[in-house]
Amino acid sequence: MSRHILRNGTGLIALLAAFATPAFADGLTVSNWDGYMAADAIDNFNSETGNTAELVLHATNEEIMGKLIASKGVGYDVVFVSSPFAEVLNNLGLAETLDHAKIPNIGNLYTEATTLSHDPGNTFSLPYAWGTTGLCYRSDLVDTPTSWNDLLKPAESVSGKTTMLATDRWLLAAGQLSLGYSVNETDADKMAEVRDLLIDAKGTLLAYDDTTFYAKLVSGEAELVQAWDGWCNYGIGENADIKYVIPEEGSDLWVDTMVIMKASENKDAAYEFVNYILDADNHRWAAENILYKVPNEAAMSGVDGGLIETFPNMGMAPADMLKFEQLRDVGAAQRDYSRLVSEIKAAN
Amino acid sequence: MPLAESGPPMADRNTFRLMLLILGVVFAFLYIPISVLVGLSFNEGGLPTAWTGFSTKWYGALLENDDILKAAGNTLIVAVFSTLLSTILGTLLAVGVEIRRRNGKWLETVIFAPMIIPDIVLAIALLSMFSLMGVKMGLHTIIVSHVVFNLAFVCAVVRARLKSFDWSIVEASADLGGSTLNTLRRVVIPVLMPAIIAGALLAFTLSVDEFIIAFFTAGAGRSSITLPMQIFAMIRFGVTPEINALATLVMSVSVVALALSQRLNKGGLPGQ
Amino acid sequence: MNGFLMSTDRRPMLLMTPALLWLFGLMVVPCLLILVLAFFRRGIYGGIEYTWTFENIALVFDPLYFQIFMKSAGIAGLSAAIACVLGYAAAYAIAAMPRRHQPLLLFFAVLPFWSNYLVRTYAWIVLLNREGLIVNLARWIGYEGELPSMLYTEQAVVIGLVYNYLPFVILSCYAPLSRLSPEIAEASRDLGGSAWTTFRRVTLPMTVPGIATGFVFVFVLSIGNFVTPALLGGGQFQMIGNLVYAQFLTANDWPFGAALSMVLIAVMLGLLMGQAVVAERASGGKRAPDG
Repeated sequence: MSRHILRNGTGLIALLAAFATPAFADGLTVSNWDGYMAADAIDNFNSETGNTAELVLHATNEEIMGKLIASKGVGYDVVFVSSPFAEVLNNLGLAETLDHAKIPNIGNLYTEATTLSHDPGNTFSLPYAWGTTGLCYRSDLVDTPTSWNDLLKPAESVSGKTTMLATDRWLLAAGQLSLGYSVNETDADKMAEVRDLLIDAKGTLLAYDDTTFYAKLVSGEAELVQAWDGWCNYGIGENADIKYVIPEEGSDLWVDTMVIMKASENKDAAYEFVNYILDADNHRWAAENILYKVPNEAAMSGVDGGLIETFPNMGMAPADMLKFEQLRDVGAAQRDYSRLVSEIKAAN
Repeated sequence: MPLAESGPPMADRNTFRLMLLILGVVFAFLYIPISVLVGLSFNEGGLPTAWTGFSTKWYGALLENDDILKAAGNTLIVAVFSTLLSTILGTLLAVGVEIRRRNGKWLETVIFAPMIIPDIVLAIALLSMFSLMGVKMGLHTIIVSHVVFNLAFVCAVVRARLKSFDWSIVEASADLGGSTLNTLRRVVIPVLMPAIIAGALLAFTLSVDEFIIAFFTAGAGRSSITLPMQIFAMIRFGVTPEINALATLVMSVSVVALALSQRLNKGGLPGQ
Repeated sequence: MNGFLMSTDRRPMLLMTPALLWLFGLMVVPCLLILVLAFFRRGIYGGIEYTWTFENIALVFDPLYFQIFMKSAGIAGLSAAIACVLGYAAAYAIAAMPRRHQPLLLFFAVLPFWSNYLVRTYAWIVLLNREGLIVNLARWIGYEGELPSMLYTEQAVVIGLVYNYLPFVILSCYAPLSRLSPEIAEASRDLGGSAWTTFRRVTLPMTVPGIATGFVFVFVLSIGNFVTPALLGGGQFQMIGNLVYAQFLTANDWPFGAALSMVLIAVMLGLLMGQAVVAERASGGKRAPDG
């Protein structure tokens, strides 16, 4: 027995070495949020194009950014990230400069979606979904909120039953919008005001939550939450008393994008994939499954009218959305933002 | 009257009752949460709010979930390879250390450190190194990283056994003309075998459950997602009945491994 | 010792080399790398700029981060203290049971420790949330009023940490308790000591090393933890572990994350030394006959 173990030890190490040498001739690797594509999208793409794409999931922008920066983008081909993070990828030189000739379906996009401030002309990113950030609430349990202050300074009866997004930028945006500042404000004094407001708000929160806020509404754990419009729709789908509203102070215009990695070893397949997604039918299928608006005119014109009736925010016109400011990468000020968020989260 | 044969003195019957009460409270605290999970995994409705009947459908749902099966497969690969490597390295280390005896403080520290170093520190240190060296990360990086702490645990278990090792049989073997390697193979290893297997089972359990280091040293893609990473992702997206079933299964595996390890290595409790 | 492989022999070193190389390459080197990284600058878009600076180290002592540090030390300390009280009581009770039952009791005390950490934490989400088991139980009993959320509180984080690390404390306290010879305590009582005096003067001092080991273990693991605060604290409580995690995965500020890690390592080393001192004191002078 012991002899076998010792003798096999060398064989084992050889085996391990063989195993450890990268078996990375994998197919296309696409990273997206969970449930942010139709469940059959990857399979359909594979069977229609003969590719062997696989989908991996990230829970947050930050999580995938950490991985991408650590690996310098190696191992990923197409990633779905929000626009400020796409900007960072571009600034770090990790994003592929897009060759539009390989993406004929780019013509399906709304004109508004090709001139977005983070990337006019879609040089390094393609918009996948867009929308607003507002308040998602149980209309049977709370009065219709109208202002960000309904969330930040909640009525006694709602206190302890609200959640805010945990991600730095959207957390700060709630305070910035409430005070009438730009969602990209970096002035130290104004941001100190934002911080103080959010610290006060923290005392009334149930939790910071990026991923399960709609489930908390459904279960009744929470009654009023800061939410992305599309994700509020998941709650609406389970309980018709859940509603979405954009506060009177406004919202940001968020844009989730597809970025092809410069380090990709499957660029042709990557182009094929993004082009496949931008196809009118496929992108419509995505919208109908994930309940988010997509910036694809050809796709949106085909969306079932009943769906828009159930989920009113899906019917919002691009021109209305563009009234809101996009979150932008703030460069060096990001460190200040991180610090502010640390101060907020460390406060009692 | 049930008096302790040794240990702290028992003043009287009341003290004994107090001890039983303490044990009851602590064991309830330890086992109620786990039992609730196990119970809910068989709840038809899946919700903690109401018992709607016995069902194994959540286990069925698990078996149809490709992501979970793939993650379970990956976990097995990581656990098996890291266990094999760390068992070999840890055993050799233990034998070497015990023979040498006069070990400097630095050596003891290096051997002890992997057991106590905060996971997050080791995880980011490894991530930084792999990243700066341009190493492609994947299951192989998780494996080599797991070996770091696993070998320390194997070494500890084997060393505990070696404390009571009778070195005279080694001498006898040497007197009979056995070479060092032969002595090691024929005499030392067989005697140590229960401890080695116990150490290996311990390493296996640790590896199956390890999350933080795997999370940071995993590569891109489904191909390097382990079960704890999958569980973490699922928990982040809320309470679902499948997690209860998965948790129960994962727990059973660990319990069986630990029970085996205990049987084989009577007295030498892991972590002691 | 014997002639085979004496301490002067090179062969034991040969046996140790593979493992030591492994630890060197995959633990010592990466940790040294972190040490160096802490003295570099963060690039504007994350990443590392290779110019020397002390600003990361200075930042660790900035009031904000110092406050977070103290806060998480507080949570870790509280968790460790509670775990030690519970763990010691349980270990004492186990040691007081008939000898033949002790191994089994100990086995079941340690068993949960070897189940998945995430699963054990998750169990508390199921129990504590506002629509969870405890609240439903209260309603079922007939409690009408509104219950405050038990999940996403500091107490939830502390409960989670105590729950997860308690078995280790039981184990570390049991070891010295089980070695304690009953004769010592009897002698103390014969000399007129009450049960409480016997415990305070004899039993406790002799078992302090076990408590110290347990305390250090829980404290170090808690202060570096990021999973429990994230899952049970609703993102509202930051441990040093969360801060390190955030620097690497959110802020992309690796140098500062490295500096924070160094603090963690320093705390760990400091506590280990403290524990060694406690152990030495306890074994010097008042040594148990067999241990």
